[in-house]
Amino acid sequence: MAEVAVQQEKEAIFSKKRVKLLTDPLNDNNPVTVQVLGICSALAITVQVKPALFMFAGVFFVVVLGNIVVSMLRNVIPNRVRIIAQLVIVAGLVSIVDMILKAYAYDVSKQLSVFVGLIITNCIVMGRLEAFAMANKPWPSALDGIGNSLGYGLLLIIVAIVRELFGSGKLLGFTIIPPSFYEHGYVNNGMMMMPPMALVLVGIIIWVQRSRNTKLIEAED
Amino acid sequence: MALNKESNGYVIMFSVILVLVTAVALVTVFSFTRDTVSNNQKLEKMQNILQAGRINVERNQAEAEYKKSIIDAFALTEKGEVKMKGEIDNVFNIDLASELKKKEGEEKLFPVFVCNKNDSTFYILGMRGKGLWDAIWGYVALQKDMNTIYNAVFDHKGETPGLGAEIKEGWYTAQFTGKKIADEKGEFVSVSVIKKGTAPASDYNVDGVSGGTLTSNGLHDMLKLFFSAFYEYAKTQKNAAPEVKAETVPATNDSIPADSLALDTQATDSLNNNTTTTNH
Repeated sequence: MAEVAVQQEKEAIFSKKRVKLLTDPLNDNNPVTVQVLGICSALAITVQVKPALFMFAGVFFVVVLGNIVVSMLRNVIPNRVRIIAQLVIVAGLVSIVDMILKAYAYDVSKQLSVFVGLIITNCIVMGRLEAFAMANKPWPSALDGIGNSLGYGLLLIIVAIVRELFGSGKLLGFTIIPPSFYEHGYVNNGMMMMPPMALVLVGIIIWVQRSRNTKLIEAED
Repeated sequence: MALNKESNGYVIMFSVILVLVTAVALVTVFSFTRDTVSNNQKLEKMQNILQAGRINVERNQAEAEYKKSIIDAFALTEKGEVKMKGEIDNVFNIDLASELKKKEGEEKLFPVFVCNKNDSTFYILGMRGKGLWDAIWGYVALQKDMNTIYNAVFDHKGETPGLGAEIKEGWYTAQFTGKKIADEKGEFVSVSVIKKGTAPASDYNVDGVSGGTLTSNGLHDMLKLFFSAFYEYAKTQKNAAPEVKAETVPATNDSIPADSLALDTQATDSLNNNTTTTNH
């Protein structure tokens, strides 16, 4: 354990490097638009904003706690079974989320249905555990988890806002588009309610982001 | 410490401890949430039963409304014999999943709830069957004549979204209203779930879900099983009190405002579900 102690250089709790862990996934290294992970759930549960919010909360809980737990155990997890160990931890956390949702947000849990369980297979979760938490201390891992789930949640909510607003004229269940619009021939876009439209929206977001963010533009050969 | 992290003994030790800790954490959370979850499920069931009688309430009012509207309940055997007469709570707690698992010859009990809404009586049949992937279930309300369907509510555990899962949507269940389980001569026919267009529309069939054939077949079998039990029961009731048939005329008249209401909900449902239908 002596070696670990030597490595512990004092670093400010919010040093530049660590703030980057939080902000990077929001834009430059967004898990959905840049790494293209977690697309599956982004398509499935973004028809309305409310389930998207709960999904974000669930993923937030799982990624942050999973990162912290795995990071604390990183020196005792045998390398041969590390993926299984991570899976057990993630599955445990997801089951907890599922039970809590069923108890305190029953309707949302019915709406999310299988997708709560599918957080386990959300690539962002395993990706962060394997790529970051296994090699970093708990605090940076926690920041990394917060950053990545915020990046995921941000995208989820943007897509959900567009889909709910144009698909059913509502936001969080409240009617936004006034009835007079409908009287003048405005029609809700049924396409918005279908999963492929979420993919198109994610594509548009990636396009906008890439054209604005110079870091993401690949050098031409 | 000369602990070899890659030795088999260490790996096994680590796995056992990790799994134990996870299990303890899960059990703790489960024991905290168990009561709330089962209460939620109970209220949802009450809500569904009321919904079959076209009484739509918020979940937190479901229990009060249920106590007010469900005035009687009994269980039927497959042959239509009445059991558990008046034991409303026991009938509510009948677990159809385990009833259906009973072997041939054992007595299966099917719940029937008697609902009173604005002085008209409905018989709400609890049902359960097999879809394509997992269980499907529902509640079907019959009018006082014990023959005409007033409303139906279905749900499922894991049918394919956009296909079999559509059976729970309002636009689908709306077609059940007004269907009959026995023909003019009083013979049992059930309501068949058929492929659209394979038979002329009648009072005894409804369309299946396109792309959800196996779910539709499951629904068909479920309806047949539970309707036949209720038909046998209805037959004994009608024999005992022949004037019931005469009463059916005012009963259907009573239901006219309710039916026009049904059309309204149907209209809004189809608005809301525009998108689900386009899924096909």
